Amino acid sequence: MNASADAADAAVIDVRGVHTRFGDAVVHDGVDLRVRAGEVFALVGGSGSGKSTLLREIIALQQPSAGSIRVFGQEVVGIGDERALALRRRWGVMFERAALFSSLTVADNVAMVLAEHTDLSPQLIREVAAVKIALTGLPPDAGLKYPSELSGGMRKRAALARALALDPELLFLDEPTAGLDPLSASGIDELVCSLNEGLRLTIMMVTHDLDLLWHTAHRVAVLGHGRIVGLGTMPELARSDDAVVRQYFHGPRGRAAQQQAQEQAWKTR
Amino acid sequence: MAPEGGVELALAPGAPHELRCRGVWSVRTIAELEKRLAGVDWPAGELTVDGSGVTVLDTSGAWLLHRTLAERRAQGAAVRLQGFKAEFAAMLQLLASRSIPLQPPLARTPPWLVRVGQQTSSALLGLWDYLAFVGESALALLAALRHPRRLRWRPILRNVQIAGVDALPITGLLSFLMGIVIAYQGADQLQRFGANIFVVDLVALAMLRELSPLLTAIIVAGRSGSAYTAQIGTMKVTEEIDALRTIGVTPQDVLVLPKVIALVIVMPLLTVYTDVTGVAGGMLMAKLKLGVGYAAFVDRLDEAIQLSSYWTGLAKAPVFALIVALVGCHRGFQVGGSADSVGAQTTVSVVQSIFLVIVTDALFSIVFLWLDL
Repeated sequence: MNASADAADAAVIDVRGVHTRFGDAVVHDGVDLRVRAGEVFALVGGSGSGKSTLLREIIALQQPSAGSIRVFGQEVVGIGDERALALRRRWGVMFERAALFSSLTVADNVAMVLAEHTDLSPQLIREVAAVKIALTGLPPDAGLKYPSELSGGMRKRAALARALALDPELLFLDEPTAGLDPLSASGIDELVCSLNEGLRLTIMMVTHDLDLLWHTAHRVAVLGHGRIVGLGTMPELARSDDAVVRQYFHGPRGRAAQQQAQEQAWKTR
Repeated sequence: MAPEGGVELALAPGAPHELRCRGVWSVRTIAELEKRLAGVDWPAGELTVDGSGVTVLDTSGAWLLHRTLAERRAQGAAVRLQGFKAEFAAMLQLLASRSIPLQPPLARTPPWLVRVGQQTSSALLGLWDYLAFVGESALALLAALRHPRRLRWRPILRNVQIAGVDALPITGLLSFLMGIVIAYQGADQLQRFGANIFVVDLVALAMLRELSPLLTAIIVAGRSGSAYTAQIGTMKVTEEIDALRTIGVTPQDVLVLPKVIALVIVMPLLTVYTDVTGVAGGMLMAKLKLGVGYAAFVDRLDEAIQLSSYWTGLAKAPVFALIVALVGCHRGFQVGGSADSVGAQTTVSVVQSIFLVIVTDALFSIVFLWLDL
């Protein structure tokens, strides 16, 4: 990647030299990456490669053993809860298993964020929550349901609605399509695209869904052996020589996903 | 300084009325904007909304604008948008296309009488569920007793350790203190009559017949009953109970029986133990306050109590064990889909077990009175 382009685009997330160790196990051994404003950036890697851990470190839920992580220019490592608050209002997180508050309805889940950080009237909070719920494609009456009454796909959309409550500039998605049926998963594909284009959101997602990557990601970083072993667009990575990257892209699923994506590109041309 | 958003209503004579929006329209400014918009004296007829001064528009700001315009349209005004940046116009279009209802659906609470009816019927159903559960467990127990090899000894012994062995310090300490308290409370009265030696009767009979089994049952309900409810309840929320069923194992066999059997083994043993520590506490206080020596205490003990005093206390223990274990497990299965529910059912479990234990204790007293024990 050319250095001048990197310098010109503001780096929303800037990870340098991150090392993470749990006892004797080394998870990250010098991770560097930069996420630019307005892009859909994906972090991939095999199970146990440390991608979710890295995501948790970026959103200040965990501390790396060494290294620096800057989000919106602010250092996140070692940040206290008070200063993290200002940052937390600027990003939204969608967890792998939705992590909705089980004792609240969907609408209340979204409303809770609004009530915490704004002083809107209760009526306006209800209306804005309904807007977020509708933006993620849920039907209007989904707001009244409890998380335990929703299907997996709907729960993910509800979690997304909550992540979007404060109109963040940055969105983190942790395995957004995990456990979804193909129809719901392709719905998430489209949703990610429309959020990125329509709301100009920078999106960082952790995933191993190749279809999602081919359809939505601008740039992808592959995490292997504790470092970034591949970084680039999907076609670039598909041509890479690195063993870990090849394993990812040239296994049977990898080739099928690539072929399908290429066919679709032909059709839309 | 907080960013400012603003509206201006320009009334140009003879020209369509213009609403000029400027500044920041975001979730942080719409509270203020809503108030200003509410104060606008809307003219009838055409309305042009000029957005060239809008610097920031997020979905919340777009919603406020969309709602305001929809209200104007509902009043018969013809609304036209102009001057918005392309991405803002696109966002407004996005909101319009989603047909978001202007009034979000509200949960309806049913009227008072309906709720009374619902609660009564659910209470009765609850009673029925209890009976069903006790029945299922009894059947499972009979089946297990007929094929003792199928009993799962590991979980039983593990529960014996957790509910019994681990409870020794706390039950010992509490009954020791209870013995001290009884002896102390009786001391004044007994001294008045010079009847110091009868402190032995007081402590021994109270402890062995009533307090020891009751105290043990209450502590076990708090320690183990609540743990059973929380464990089974969490398993219900994470679908582990369903997983057990799908692999052909009845949850009763794996979850309920080991706990019931373990408690039935443990509670009588704990009761004997607390009998001893309770009396020991009384013995200490008797020596300290009443001057009754240890040897005299033990001598008197032989005359003060009969075998029946010991057995009437001990006989209650297995019954209490059944109550605590069954209520604890049943409440666990009643847990619904949320974290709140685990907490709520755990509370109910402890309260109900203690309540039933004390009621049963009273019944036992009546029965023993009848039988002259």
